[in-house]
Amino acid sequence: MAEEKKQEFWRWTESNWKNPDIKWEDAKIVTAGIDVGSVSSQATVMTDGKIYAYSNMRTGSDSPDSARNALNYALEGTNMPESRIDYCIGTGYGRVNVPMADRSITEIACHARGAHFIYGPDVRTVLDVGGQDCKAIRCDEKGKVVNFLMNDKCAAGTGRGMEVFSDLLSVPIVDVGERSFQIKEEPEPVSSTCVVYAKTEATGLLRKGWEVNEVLAAYCSAMAERIFSLIERIGIEKGFAITGGMAKNKGVIDRMMKIIDLEAMKTDWDTQIAGAVGAALFGYALVQKGRKK
Amino acid sequence: MIANYGYKDGSGDYFIAIDTDKCDGCGKCVEACPAGVFEVVDEDPNDPFREEPLIIVVVDKRKKIKYECGPCKPPTNRPPLPCIEACPQDVISHSW
Ligand code: SF4
Ligand code: SF4
Repeated sequence: MAEEKKQEFWRWTESNWKNPDIKWEDAKIVTAGIDVGSVSSQATVMTDGKIYAYSNMRTGSDSPDSARNALNYALEGTNMPESRIDYCIGTGYGRVNVPMADRSITEIACHARGAHFIYGPDVRTVLDVGGQDCKAIRCDEKGKVVNFLMNDKCAAGTGRGMEVFSDLLSVPIVDVGERSFQIKEEPEPVSSTCVVYAKTEATGLLRKGWEVNEVLAAYCSAMAERIFSLIERIGIEKGFAITGGMAKNKGVIDRMMKIIDLEAMKTDWDTQIAGAVGAALFGYALVQKGRKK
Repeated sequence: MIANYGYKDGSGDYFIAIDTDKCDGCGKCVEACPAGVFEVVDEDPNDPFREEPLIIVVVDKRKKIKYECGPCKPPTNRPPLPCIEACPQDVISHSW
């Protein structure tokens, strides 16, 4: 499965994967989706509408380079030349700066479509907690958006906020979820998820003698409440799928699902590739449409 | 599709909802709005298969919508909002 590059602390693991059962040489239509987010970038390459290869990396200081690195990493070891890609779509925060893209599509459309693919057609509500924003989307049985809301005003309740916090407490980001449950009793949520206030508050709690895990629990639970209050507006429907990096943080997600009182859907795919998958699928649909003309 | 543009912060919810299926991009709301909150675009950025014009909330206005709309919303005796009045299709609604 995913080949991993080891990194430390707040850093999560970058990875790439290719489907050993697919020979790209046999494909009729090859499309790519590149999602350049504020914190992470992904590229997904699809052969005839199936996921052939993908990558998930940290976004660099420049969008075009991040897009290029993500695509190269996805294609690593496949021998597929980039010229074999019939159509490429850019999405995400940096979508207009993806040099190899034939067009760009918003992350709202791509996340709905991608979630519908990786979680299956029962998806009706998609929550994407990205590096610096939070999106709630309702979609129909075809993965088409019916209602959406995006909040990117501040980093509270986003992946970046969690990274800052894990760094502050010196807890690797992948362990935050697990450790936030290693507590005797669920503490009160911290009063603010605002990154600046939460830092001060956490330092104060530690000084008062709280254990690190308790502080983590209090922060995860504040995040859960914050994210819930954002998605409430669009109405939550059964078939609840979570995309983006926060989907991997049980500490926040389990607490949030408890408030929502629903079960989150499950997938074997990396939840961070949803946007790139949606983009590649739109590319596939557009090529098919064009060829039929 | 209902597109919600705006944000939520400590003081409340500030969203403008656009019912995109009803909008034909006639532009009357754009003319009526004193703050330049809306613009007509050729296709829906959130639906690549819809190719008719419609309005969106201008990107730069999304994070300060509360302040942009402030002059239209005095705390007492609020008059009808120009954007809502101008639209013949009942596309626009405000959450606050
Ligand atoms: S309330 Fe006034 S400023 Fe706000 S969108 Fe409507 S017309 Fe424009
Ligand atoms: S006035 Fe109404 S129908 Fe015309 S562009 Fe504005 S929202 Fe759309």
